[in-house]
Amino acid sequence: MTIKRKACIAGAYEHPTRKAPDKTVAQLHAECARGALADAGLTLQDVDGYFCAGDAPGLGANNMADYLGLTKLRHIDTTDTGGSAYLIHVSHAAQAIAAGKCDVALVTLAGRPRSEGSSGVAPRLVTANTPDVPWEMPYSPVIVNMYALAAARHMHEYGTTSEQLAWIKVAAAAHAQHNPNAMLREPVTVEEVLASPMISDPLHKLDCCVVSDGGGALVVVRPEIAARLKRPVVNILGAGETIKGQLGGHVDLTWSGAAISGPIAFKEAGVSPADIQYASIYDSFTITVLMQLEDLGFCKKGEGGRFVADGNLISGVGTLPFNTDGGGLCNNHPANRGGITKVIEAVRQLRGEAHPKVQVPDCTLALAQGTGGLLGSRHGSATLIMERQ
Amino acid sequence: MTTPYTERPLAPVTVDAATEHFWTQAKEGLLCTRRCTSCGEVHWYPRALCPFCMGDTEWCSLSGLGTIYSVSVTRRAGPIAYAIAYVALDEGITLLTNIVDCDFDDLKIGQRVEVTFKPAEGGAMVPMFKPA
Repeated sequence: MTIKRKACIAGAYEHPTRKAPDKTVAQLHAECARGALADAGLTLQDVDGYFCAGDAPGLGANNMADYLGLTKLRHIDTTDTGGSAYLIHVSHAAQAIAAGKCDVALVTLAGRPRSEGSSGVAPRLVTANTPDVPWEMPYSPVIVNMYALAAARHMHEYGTTSEQLAWIKVAAAAHAQHNPNAMLREPVTVEEVLASPMISDPLHKLDCCVVSDGGGALVVVRPEIAARLKRPVVNILGAGETIKGQLGGHVDLTWSGAAISGPIAFKEAGVSPADIQYASIYDSFTITVLMQLEDLGFCKKGEGGRFVADGNLISGVGTLPFNTDGGGLCNNHPANRGGITKVIEAVRQLRGEAHPKVQVPDCTLALAQGTGGLLGSRHGSATLIMERQ
Repeated sequence: MTTPYTERPLAPVTVDAATEHFWTQAKEGLLCTRRCTSCGEVHWYPRALCPFCMGDTEWCSLSGLGTIYSVSVTRRAGPIAYAIAYVALDEGITLLTNIVDCDFDDLKIGQRVEVTFKPAEGGAMVPMFKPA
């Protein structure tokens, strides 16, 4: 079975807030759900599938489904691969729709890490009995250094430079200046990235994404339903997902899970990287973008540094416009999980509703890519390819 | 520029069925992992079942010698800078660790290192690595 053109993204909504001290996480989920359903032209009563991950408060989907008032559910999925989970949710929603398990699937994400003071230099959240914890926690792995280790190795193997990584931030900032909701709207230069404080070698402060409150939601529907709604139809063409870890101690930091999820998605979609007009690439850190671009096949392994340099990711300037909302690096990284905003901006591009300064002309084919967890130890990867009908 | 190693407090280690023998050995200054009794492969981190073939495993000793596969000096996650690293042991497994007893700014990928042990709260000795 394939999911190619078996389901459509009919609703997409990114919460405009970036700091929400006076709202609860559950309220933010609900506001996102309301926004995405209104965008699609559907109501709460239409939803029969619900998808959420670890940011949703409560036991799996139980508490949020009840809070939202979802009474018609016949399909539930709480797959959690960190920030990449929401791309997997879209894929799983398409599978469920293709299998007849639901017709209207709602995906929500929300969180308040900015108000709650949670960031990438805090110890990562772990649950009791996580088997790797006793072997790693004495060494103080935090989010940023578990990406820095991959960056350091990439530099050693391929000669990638901090200047090249900085170009990724420069491109995101060039886009964010046009997004009135972006947390950071000032353009930055390569020199400014390199002059920002070193957090964990070789990653500077400006190599790191923002910590923001907020959220987003998506509505995935059966094509027959999408056809009668008023919004442009965005078809799901292909998807891939995987988990990559430490390989029993044969650690290899030169590739990410995108090397597996990407080819699966491209094969299902029947397209190649050269066909992609716009790409949302998970940007927890600049190195995350560079490695995913290589692993997806936008350039050869080891050539990511040269590929991203000199504005090649800037819309209207380079060959591969990326993260035209400003991405996690500048716009938004709600709940410390950026996957849903990657899909939302791809939908805006395919609808022709991105900001005019960053809209890709006649954008009909887009990709969204997520890496969730820790690039340097274990992470989930998800790739999604979409088209405008 | 220099960034000298500074001792930092280490939280008590987790002692359970998976780790108890390891910490006993570490107190003797010995580094160990587990080897599969079916396929013969060593793996890291130690598990009761082999991650390559699901066979049973047994403890085996390690030389404590290796090279730095990757290293990052974390400067802004707390008051004390520390060097987190992956060290590729001569036995062919790579483990997450800290590099200690050196000037962090001289650390390089490919550098030879050897195991040393640092005390944690509660008395356990935690294996780390220093330049060989």
